[in-house]
Amino acid sequence: MWVASIVFDNLLETLLLSSYNTRLVVLGTTLLGTAAGLIGSFLLLRKQSLLGDALSHATLPGIGIAFAVMTSLGFSGRNLPGLLAGATITGLLGVILVLAIRNTTRLKDDAAMGIVLSVFFGLGVAILGIVNKLPNQSAAGLESFIYGKTASMVFADFLLISATLIITTIVCLFILKELTLLCFDDSFASTQGFPVIILDILLMGLVTAVTVVGLQAVGLILIIAFLIIPATAARFWTHDLRKMLWLAALIGGISGWLGSSLSALLPDLPSGAIIVIAAASIFIVSMLLGPARGVLPRYQRHRTLKKKMGRQHLLRSTYEILENTQDTHPLRNLPIPIDKLRAHRYWSKGELKKLLRQARAEDHVERQPSGAIRLSESGFGEASRITRNHRLWELYLIKHADIAPSHVDRDADMVEHLLGAEMVHQLEAELETEDHTLASPHLIET
Amino acid sequence: MNWTDNDSHIILVGILCAVACALPGCFLLLRRMSMMGDAISHAVLPGLALAFLISGTRTSWTIFVGAAVAGVLTAVFTQWISRYGKVERGAAMGIVFTTLFAIGLLLIERGAGNVDLDAKCVLYGSLELTPLHLITFFDTFLVPRAAVVVGGALIVNLIIIALFYKELTLASFDPALADTQGFRPRLMHYLLMTMVAITTVAAFEAVGSIIVIAMLIVPPATAFLITKRLPILLALSTIFAMSAAVLGHLSSHALPTLLGIPETTSSGMMATAAGIIFLMFWLGGPEGLIRQRFGKRPLLQPDFKS
Repeated sequence: MWVASIVFDNLLETLLLSSYNTRLVVLGTTLLGTAAGLIGSFLLLRKQSLLGDALSHATLPGIGIAFAVMTSLGFSGRNLPGLLAGATITGLLGVILVLAIRNTTRLKDDAAMGIVLSVFFGLGVAILGIVNKLPNQSAAGLESFIYGKTASMVFADFLLISATLIITTIVCLFILKELTLLCFDDSFASTQGFPVIILDILLMGLVTAVTVVGLQAVGLILIIAFLIIPATAARFWTHDLRKMLWLAALIGGISGWLGSSLSALLPDLPSGAIIVIAAASIFIVSMLLGPARGVLPRYQRHRTLKKKMGRQHLLRSTYEILENTQDTHPLRNLPIPIDKLRAHRYWSKGELKKLLRQARAEDHVERQPSGAIRLSESGFGEASRITRNHRLWELYLIKHADIAPSHVDRDADMVEHLLGAEMVHQLEAELETEDHTLASPHLIET
Repeated sequence: MNWTDNDSHIILVGILCAVACALPGCFLLLRRMSMMGDAISHAVLPGLALAFLISGTRTSWTIFVGAAVAGVLTAVFTQWISRYGKVERGAAMGIVFTTLFAIGLLLIERGAGNVDLDAKCVLYGSLELTPLHLITFFDTFLVPRAAVVVGGALIVNLIIIALFYKELTLASFDPALADTQGFRPRLMHYLLMTMVAITTVAAFEAVGSIIVIAMLIVPPATAFLITKRLPILLALSTIFAMSAAVLGHLSSHALPTLLGIPETTSSGMMATAAGIIFLMFWLGGPEGLIRQRFGKRPLLQPDFKS
């Protein structure tokens, strides 16, 4: 019982941010997650998510050099603004090199990023190797840049993070239109006279700012996760860029808040790891359930469409067989042997059985004795409507769309299922002025 | 600098490692998956931790198997996310390796807190320490243990590439055609990923991850600037990888001494040397920046002779 009450007290204390240190850490990581989610969205849409990876590794030599320079000038080597400045410089240099390699060679993004990442990181390790052996100063604390020191965030860090968040958000909102254009169609942007390279560098500058600040707060791996995961998760929920930006910022913020609260609540949980796992959990849920691109909703849509297509094919085939077997007008709804139906579209036995079961459930088809079926009242109406739509399409494609008549049937089959009622009316009006018979183009061909 | 046995050993291990990485790296480059080495070298952490927690030992076999499995799973998860979630592959890779790394950190922190297993010692072997673990080979040669491990990976890679050269090539250049010809491009994809995972794990356990990541990417990319033919690509990247290993080790000792500062790590300098070789060919190669800027343009010569 007392364990529960202790946990509960801690829970309240943490979630309500009553301890000063916890408050800083939780607020800091939340803000960082928000900023990274926002910027990461543009990286994702620009298909350069791993740039954060390259960038965060490329900061290492800058940190080493800054340390060495400051030490040799007689300052403390661990002066934070100095180290961050060094990190920013080599980080930006790395990003510019990635862009340059991509634009001037046949190498692709991934190779360009990989080259910069590994070479800069190797150089950084080499420089740190030298720095470590320098007399006077030990560079021991520099490793916190790789693993982060979330739990010991101080007020200065917090201020830095907030300032970065505010600046990146403002810049983002100012150039939202340009960034959108850059992400969706950079060649169009360039023909419209937008300075694509400058915009690219500006975006990379924003990424660098978030990365460098985040690097020292939460570490190298976590900041990569913050740049990628919230944005990718948000993409599953919407097709609208603005909504996606909001969502990504929100998801980043929530995972930062959740992760750092949990790690403050329970002992021995490294906050960086918990934050990543929180973000990854949100990602998994989004990937499965996100209505815009999630796996299950997409599967559902696919099944619905497949069912609809199956129904339309079945009814139209039945109608066509009725047409072929009688000359009378109006058409009479006679029973049709299942074998004949199967031969008409080359269905397999199993496929047709499934389609018929579905059609019976929808009350379009009735079973008849001795292996035959018959359209129901509603099925007959539906079948004639579908056949009519199909032929409208075929005629439309032949007369208006310059599509070779031999290809029409296939196209019509596919497009027909996307036609709304309104479109059909429009087509009817257009076509009936020219041609009153709804002859199938298969006849026209011969 | 004074040349010692240590230097020969370090260079031997460095060369073996560089070549073992550069060969599969060529295929990664062609498939635009160069970042896979980086991803795998981070993502093996939970595999290491679990293998350690389950077996309770740090013998290299259990650790190796755990890491290799985690490496292959990285490739599988990446493939799933990008296929079923329709996420761009780079982003999918980023999600998978950061998450796995986080899980690994958590496992180590929670499960092995008081045992001597920490992220750094697991993740980063050290090239400088390789001469300390010597074993006799064929009863006559005294070679570093790392040389045997990395050499083994190299031989496995050579055999796989020799056996499946045609299939790997086709699957890298035109997966759709490979599929229609019955070559199972997805199987080849996972074969390549397994190859990369095993190489990465074997090499960084022995010599540290920096060399592995650099050698998987940089020598093939340098060779790619020069040639458009796969056999030449493989040969050239082997040469560049070897040169980077030798130059890197030499410069790690000679260069700082010239400047009057302490010597530094060979692995860092090997990666840097690979980068400098790349820079040379990027600027001065046959399609290099200098030629692009100042050279004649051989294209579009009008041919008026009849």
